[in-house]
Amino acid sequence: MSEKNWFSRLTRGLKKSTSALTGNISSLFTKRKLDDEALEELEELLIAADLGVTTSARICANIARTRFNKDVGEREIREALADEIEAILTPVAKPLIPDPAHKPHVVLVVGVNGTGKTTTIGKLARHFTAEGLKVMMAAGDTFRAAAIEQLQIWGKRTASPVIAGKPGADAAGLAYGALQQAKEQNMDLLLIDTAGRLQNKSHLMAELEKISRVLKKIDPEAPHSVLLVLDATTGQNALSQVEVFQQVCQVTGLVMTKLDGTARGGVLVALADKFALPVHAIGVGEGAEDLRPFDARQFAEALCGLSEEDANK
Amino acid sequence: MFESLSNRLGEVFERLRKRGALNESDVDEALREVRIALLEADVSLPVVKKFIKGVREKAVGQEVLRSVTPGQMVIKIVHDHLVETLGAESVALNLSAVPPVAVMMVGLQGSGKTTSTAKIAKWLQTKERKKVLMASLDVQRPAAQEQLKVLGEQAGVATLPIVPGQMPVEIAKRAMQAARLQGMDVVLLDTAGRLHVDEALMAEIAAVKKVAEPQEILLVADALTGQDAVNVASRFHERVTLTGIMLTRIDGDGRGGAALSMRAVTGCPIKMLGTGEGLDDIEPFHPDRIASRILGMGDVVSLVEKAAETMEKEEADRLAAKVAKGRFDLEDLRDQLRQMQKMGGLEGMMGLLPGAQKVKKQMAAANIDPKLLSRQEAIINSMTPRERRNPKLINASRKRRIASGSGTSIPEVNRVLKQWKQMSVMMKKVKKLGKKGMMRAGLEGILPRM
Repeated sequence: MSEKNWFSRLTRGLKKSTSALTGNISSLFTKRKLDDEALEELEELLIAADLGVTTSARICANIARTRFNKDVGEREIREALADEIEAILTPVAKPLIPDPAHKPHVVLVVGVNGTGKTTTIGKLARHFTAEGLKVMMAAGDTFRAAAIEQLQIWGKRTASPVIAGKPGADAAGLAYGALQQAKEQNMDLLLIDTAGRLQNKSHLMAELEKISRVLKKIDPEAPHSVLLVLDATTGQNALSQVEVFQQVCQVTGLVMTKLDGTARGGVLVALADKFALPVHAIGVGEGAEDLRPFDARQFAEALCGLSEEDANK
Repeated sequence: MFESLSNRLGEVFERLRKRGALNESDVDEALREVRIALLEADVSLPVVKKFIKGVREKAVGQEVLRSVTPGQMVIKIVHDHLVETLGAESVALNLSAVPPVAVMMVGLQGSGKTTSTAKIAKWLQTKERKKVLMASLDVQRPAAQEQLKVLGEQAGVATLPIVPGQMPVEIAKRAMQAARLQGMDVVLLDTAGRLHVDEALMAEIAAVKKVAEPQEILLVADALTGQDAVNVASRFHERVTLTGIMLTRIDGDGRGGAALSMRAVTGCPIKMLGTGEGLDDIEPFHPDRIASRILGMGDVVSLVEKAAETMEKEEADRLAAKVAKGRFDLEDLRDQLRQMQKMGGLEGMMGLLPGAQKVKKQMAAANIDPKLLSRQEAIINSMTPRERRNPKLINASRKRRIASGSGTSIPEVNRVLKQWKQMSVMMKKVKKLGKKGMMRAGLEGILPRM
């Protein structure tokens, strides 16, 4: 799929989400003075896109600094917004690149229930096998019924081995065994699935910590990457998710899924602002090719409805 | 999950409470805080705006200004309005139709439909004594049908045999047919997760709806959902006319704004809550209690219910008898520690008690270890039965032995003893106050000032 094509897919997804935001901006700024009232309304719109109260206030303050009490047009405001958002997002837009020095590069995938961890692993496997890497998957979600089967189906689709235990088996033991086998079979990449867990369940978080601890027995640097999968429909709770998962298992990067709905994923901006963790990829559809690298400018433009306008031209 | 919201509002109300007369700008200021608190709790913007407008109208009117305690009055108005928005009464699942009654579950991917289906099935089968059949119409996600089958086995609920390659509408027909033949009361149809903007899949559930004529169409929604909650709920509602909402992941630390938003835009009652990963973790929704919890007024009813569930009857009676006599030894303290752990530990209980929000925050600030309870239990376990019954015996050398026996330190042993002392004083107070007094004064009436 060409670059242009995936971009239109993202904008198509985000268009639905941003039409509310941008529609409101247009009604807000046909041409008017950027006064306190207008700023407050702008701030509300950002909050409505899940950017959160703090980040929204900061962006608005930045925009007000140069444009307060000036007449502004809709396009100008959108561009100013996109610039502000891009500035926050650019430092975090980094793709996931397995280090060839590691044999295998171990990726632990974590997150709360239902964010799309297993699907993301399947898509990652597809992506990296297509790049010619030898990929192994470990079905570490031994809790949810049929999670193992789900990953095995992805294994068949990508012709990659899947290490699985029995339902209810110890996930840490499974991960340990998987890493051993991946080493023996000289794999390039080991993707370890984990059961979804809410970040406020301390016993489940302890279990996660154990997984990364036992991996270190084989390879002191493993897991080399820890991906936290976030659901775009999640609101401000994503901040709490990142904070706790980071504490427990040293998250190295984020993946945001389900951006093809009307969810705006604006919380990514708040996350970048607060944690500055790399955003590796975004999910814009159910197909295996719909997991895409994260591009700050395009995301910002799509969020502010700029790309939509360009596409219409 | 509603705690953060109640904390935010708590701060606002704390300030209000202290005020005597309120003028309009006081009310406005308070409402601005309420607005931010609601937005931060992920309540959708349009819902917040409408909510604030409603509260403001009542608050600025004579009601508040004439009231003796205007601050309290504003709080009451916000509370009443919250209850109103959440729905004043709990609404049960409506299964009154000619069996088999179909219940269809819809929602986004990953909202917890399949697990919720199994939970409802188990709940109906054990609590309502219904014969239930579950069928998965999810032909999208790999192994989704498998998942429901496994859950069915775990819950002891029948599932429709899987026929590979069959399409959802066909499966629905087959499920209804099978249920009729087997004399089932309820058929739960678990549909594939779909985005509300996915036309093809939305058309598919509309078609399933035609075939199965479900009595209930429940939207399964994640309590952690952000501002998008309104879009999701209203699109599903437009397309299939929902009859209720099941809110999942309510045991997370999300702020529950989605509950408010979804209820407000669809007008559909929230009927059930998913409260954990186990198949028994399901509860009917009580709007009035949740509203109280949001506002930090406590949820005594839930606490009592929870206590009744977990506390062994005899043990409770024994304790009550001892309290009545004003006697309370370390064995009782240990029993209590155990009960508290069963009820979700210190934090879980505090969230339910009136006036405990502040205590809870202080606990968090003081960095109280959640494992405290089990360590304290270990300390008591390291004592001899005689010491437990007569703590006055415990001298310095006994303390040393207890500390090393339980792997703790002497100061920790001292703390348990001090706690016991305070508790026994408290028990005497409770005895004086009587049961009613305790409810009225809440925790603040009996806890030592922190």
